[in-house]
Amino acid sequence: MSATGRRRQVPRFGHGSRVPGWDDAVDLTKAPATVPDPALTPVPPGLKEQIEASMAKYPDRRSAAIPALHAAQEVYGWCSPEAIDQVASVMQLTPAYLTSVATFYDMFSTVPKPRNDVYVCTNISCSLLGADEFFEAMLAAAEGDPDVNVQSFECLGACDIAPMASVNGEYVGPLALDDAERIVEDLRARRPVLEHKQLRYRRSADPGVPEEETDFGPPDPESTEMTDTAGLGPEGDTEDRPGPTAAIEMTTDQLAEHPEPEAHTDQDRHPAGQSPDEPEDDK
Amino acid sequence: MKLLFDRIDEPGLNTLAVYERRGGYDSLRKALDQTPEEVLSSIMDAGIRGRGGAGFPMGRKISFLPHGDMEKYLVCNADESEPGTFKDREIMQKNPHMLIEGIVIASYAAGISRAFLYIRGEYAMQADILEAAIAEAVEAGYIGERILGSDHSLSLVLHRGAGAYICGEETGLLDSLEGKRGNPRLKPPFPAIEGLYHGPTLINNVETLATVPAIIRMGGKEYAELGTPTSTGTKVVSVSGDVQRPGNYEIDLGMSSRELIYGLAGGPFPGREIKFWFPGGSSSPVLTKDDLDVPYDFDSMAKAGSMLGSGAVIVVDDSHTVLEVALKVAKFYAHESCGKCVPCREGTNWTLKMLQRIQSGEATPMDLDIMASVQEQIIGNCLCVLGDAMAMPIGSMVAKFRDELEAEIEAARERAEGAELEDVIPIGVADEHAGPFPVH
Repeated sequence: MSATGRRRQVPRFGHGSRVPGWDDAVDLTKAPATVPDPALTPVPPGLKEQIEASMAKYPDRRSAAIPALHAAQEVYGWCSPEAIDQVASVMQLTPAYLTSVATFYDMFSTVPKPRNDVYVCTNISCSLLGADEFFEAMLAAAEGDPDVNVQSFECLGACDIAPMASVNGEYVGPLALDDAERIVEDLRARRPVLEHKQLRYRRSADPGVPEEETDFGPPDPESTEMTDTAGLGPEGDTEDRPGPTAAIEMTTDQLAEHPEPEAHTDQDRHPAGQSPDEPEDDK
Repeated sequence: MKLLFDRIDEPGLNTLAVYERRGGYDSLRKALDQTPEEVLSSIMDAGIRGRGGAGFPMGRKISFLPHGDMEKYLVCNADESEPGTFKDREIMQKNPHMLIEGIVIASYAAGISRAFLYIRGEYAMQADILEAAIAEAVEAGYIGERILGSDHSLSLVLHRGAGAYICGEETGLLDSLEGKRGNPRLKPPFPAIEGLYHGPTLINNVETLATVPAIIRMGGKEYAELGTPTSTGTKVVSVSGDVQRPGNYEIDLGMSSRELIYGLAGGPFPGREIKFWFPGGSSSPVLTKDDLDVPYDFDSMAKAGSMLGSGAVIVVDDSHTVLEVALKVAKFYAHESCGKCVPCREGTNWTLKMLQRIQSGEATPMDLDIMASVQEQIIGNCLCVLGDAMAMPIGSMVAKFRDELEAEIEAARERAEGAELEDVIPIGVADEHAGPFPVH
């Protein structure tokens, strides 16, 4: 039984607590937390404008706390003490208040984390269909990669594509175990992740929804143009990406054209004793 | 009948041009030609019950709002986090304008000029689509000052959450929208009297609001003829788990559950049988294969000892143990409990530990009695129903599958006897997720 998944080492402090200093007496001589002085707290110009625009949308500026922390996390990669100080100085709140908000929500991280987030849903529907095994495979695939943060997550609201994962906000599924390697490969190559399994191309399952006059579905590798129901295009849709028709497994010609990062060589793809030309039997 | 899923796969439906070509925003024009009271009476006649989980009639909720000149708010609850539920995601992704039109009509009926749409942070694509749709609607004059030449004005702000199940609870959502930790509030006062920024607030689920344009188009009385007399209309049901065709299905309420699970979703995989199923998300007490002929509507589900909840059917087949699913349920609620009320905070965590004891072979059948009594002490003793939402399914699993759990206890004890000590989860060391503090 692997219902509880793999246990990671949890740092423990006094009395087995996971919170450092929880039983230390309060230092009454220390100055109380105050709102940082905007004049002494430099804030990147884009971030400041973004937070101010958020604050203007609400009757109470505090409502912008979550959007502001999202914006800061976007800039710094995590809610660092500096990032929280900067948000606090723009919003005129104490850093303590913002920290209390940041620690409540799963999407904010108050410790440094890798850039790319892979949230693997391990809730009921997904785990019935093998999400726990996929989570293990994903941890193994991303092991040692400093840019990939693999996290098990509660229901992400896509049980129709179970087991699924959210890769930098893009929902992909249903996943097979060998998709874990591909997700990491796609992230390293900075191309859209598992494009043929993205939720945005999925049709409704309801048989009452007529099929004529619709022309989308999972992207057809043969067609030159893909229908994007979202109409937005995958994030980072720029000229330099391989293009929507690129197969997930690149051919040797394409590999020559778009060499993959050095860390990932043919050796990884084809274990010793197997020549690259041999057909892969694990598909 | 398809009201919400009518040709929902049509390409470009998320744009204003296609939506208008299909008669979009005609319901808004029709509503603005009537008085707010007439629109409200249509919604009352329709008898539509909230689609988010509680099933409270929408018309009555609007009628609770005080009259007068004070600032009132409408909040659309798009923090769809109930395990197994994914209906709002598909509506928002494919037909965002239908939701926006519903929000504008509901705000007109309730005399509200400020609306917020709280979407869960994980729905990044859906939030982008909605933001683009709101911008189009503002451009076309469906949102803003004096909408379509009427006296009604409305502003609509999209607010992204950041990952917390509790923010789907209406008062937790309000606190989160005010920029705080998402802790539920004491009720009463209910949000209709004192909600967002202390103003009267109408909170409705995405699906409820998205149905409003269809109600105005058809007329309330005609809408009420769909479904059953006390559960009117259509409902989008998310079917997932061990079924062959998981997905969202729009059904007339009152359809037999067997037809929904076997007919539409394809039933369990070949060679498998349904062991039990959640009819309304992970918070609903489980039903077994004997309950498959219960009609899928609010009252029949309540009579069968469960609830319709958010309309999310999770099917579990006989290849899984009850313990496996119970552990997932308990782990989820222990992780998501906000920690404000003791029965929920402690009850969810201890239930998880007791289940882990069963798994590691340290439990005795007496633990099942203790577990059942813990569930009873959670129910009704907290500010919100998050604790109840764990207590109900766990309690029903212990009651309905006691024999299997007892056998599991014995089997695990035998397994543990030969096992090395480190294979056993130490008591008191919670799982990495079980606790109010983030662990990294």
